[in-house]
Amino acid sequence: MAAEEAAQWTKCPKCGTMIYRPDLAANLWVCSSCGHHFRMHAFDRIATLVDADFTEIGGDLLPGDPLGWTDKVPYPQKLQRDREKSKLTEGVVCGFASIGGYPVALGVMDFNFRGGTMGTVVGERIAQLFEAARERRLPCVVFTASGGARMEEGMLALMQMAKTTLAVRRFHDAGGYYLSVLTDPTTGGVSASFAFQADVVLAEARAAIGFAGRRVIEQTIRQKLPDNFQTAEFLLEKGAIDMVVERKELKDRLVRLLDYGVGAPLAPPAPTSAETPA
Amino acid sequence: MNVIVEREKGLLELEQRIAELKSQAAAQPVDMSAEIRALEAKYAQIQREVFGAMTPWQRVNMARHPKRPLGSDYIAALDQFDELHGDRHFRDDHAIVGGFAKLAGRRVVAIAQDKGRDTKEKVFRNFGMPGPEGYRKVIRLVKLADHLGLPVVTFVDTSGADPGIGSEERAQAEAIAQSLYELADVRVPVVATIIGEGGSGGALALALADRVLMLEHAVYSVASPEGAAAILWGDAARAEEAASRLRLTSDDLIRFGIVDDVIPEPLGGAHRDPSGIVTRVLGTVDGALDALARLPVDELRDRRYRKFRRIGAPPPR
Ligand SMILES: [Zn+2]
Repeated sequence: MAAEEAAQWTKCPKCGTMIYRPDLAANLWVCSSCGHHFRMHAFDRIATLVDADFTEIGGDLLPGDPLGWTDKVPYPQKLQRDREKSKLTEGVVCGFASIGGYPVALGVMDFNFRGGTMGTVVGERIAQLFEAARERRLPCVVFTASGGARMEEGMLALMQMAKTTLAVRRFHDAGGYYLSVLTDPTTGGVSASFAFQADVVLAEARAAIGFAGRRVIEQTIRQKLPDNFQTAEFLLEKGAIDMVVERKELKDRLVRLLDYGVGAPLAPPAPTSAETPA
Repeated sequence: MNVIVEREKGLLELEQRIAELKSQAAAQPVDMSAEIRALEAKYAQIQREVFGAMTPWQRVNMARHPKRPLGSDYIAALDQFDELHGDRHFRDDHAIVGGFAKLAGRRVVAIAQDKGRDTKEKVFRNFGMPGPEGYRKVIRLVKLADHLGLPVVTFVDTSGADPGIGSEERAQAEAIAQSLYELADVRVPVVATIIGEGGSGGALALALADRVLMLEHAVYSVASPEGAAAILWGDAARAEEAASRLRLTSDDLIRFGIVDDVIPEPLGGAHRDPSGIVTRVLGTVDGALDALARLPVDELRDRRYRKFRRIGAPPPR
């Protein structure tokens, strides 16, 4: 098999089935054999959601090296490597679009860029998104995927939990409507800030969600954890989230939920050209 | 083993010898003052060598020193304290001590993390690692403070939020997120002091504050050095190396604008003069509250927003 052709195939990490990539994309990156939800690239996610155009904001914000972090691989080199690998400038893409005719401020995190960790740029972009949503009277939809705060930016990274919280709170206090969608994985400083501050918290089926990492817990308690521990379904049963949604149903569900926000104190005029959800 | 405790051993021996000589000198006609002075000079020199310029890892160990004043010591030094228990839902989390208090005559709500001193107490306080119920107690107390118009003072000392099964089952992430959310818009002044270890989101959940104070040898970090080493290199044993890179000392954090004021400690650390340091901290907190009490509510909240908004923001072009 030619290398180029081989690159068109990928193996499902759950059931081992070989899948032709274009088929996988057409199936929203869900394995047609076992239903495993692959982690999605931020721009692929955006493309599956928005009606037409997506206008990015904050894309020109790039991380520095505030700690002068030294390691086997210097931090700026890690960033460069991830930029090339992920075709992203940072771990979140933010902007404006409409979903099913409802204009929204949309943020999508991407695990491919430094594990979706939150450093200063992720925090800044999220804060700008909520500030812009407040000014434009838009509901806010944020997809989270994160390993937590980014170690290489130290305390400046931790402080982004405070910054994003303040922006969410100001948006909420003005009457804004906020939906978060927790995708695989959502942990640490992101789960403990804006992910769990939404009016409605959705989770994608089988996503891993928690505060402490699974390995940290296993090491602390020195016992093996049950398979479903920290899954979206586990959190639903414990009452921590509003709903678990299969990816194929996600857009329709978001459109339905966005509709309940049209009367929010901070909301745009009712949609004039609402399209039928795909 | 705590590296500061190790380094202190030689000094403690010298201290004992000086004390012995002094008592002998008092009982004997022989003049021993020159000898005593020489020993005291040696002591001071070693003390400067050991504590004058500490590495980040030594600071971490100082912050975890077994004799360092704990959250409860600050609470006990308040003029008055009426503890309020529980989260009203599940249980009373003993890693968090909170309630009504008076500080220099001022009515406040005081909240402290406490690691516990001896083994029994450590277990009782879960080693200062709050579960969701601890953060929900914080939320309840902050709401109460807001309701009654009482300023909030917090004392932060935790290696991090509890990473147990039960904590995850009861949504630790949500509890911390909501604690931050509550502090973000409270209408009363909030002053937080990092007294020992400020570990991760579990510490920040008590420190989204109008003024953030820090003891000189306290540390405040994105994750505990052990946790960071595990995340970065899959090896918690490389904690010392992580500590040297994370920029977790008071010098670093005042430079980053994350901490507003550093409270100096005596040479050798806060435990060399526990009651003196507790008094000094409470005095600094009182001073910060004086300044904040003069601000109209809207300005207080606006300043809080801008204070955190600018951290890590790109410089204006
Ligand atoms: Zn599969």
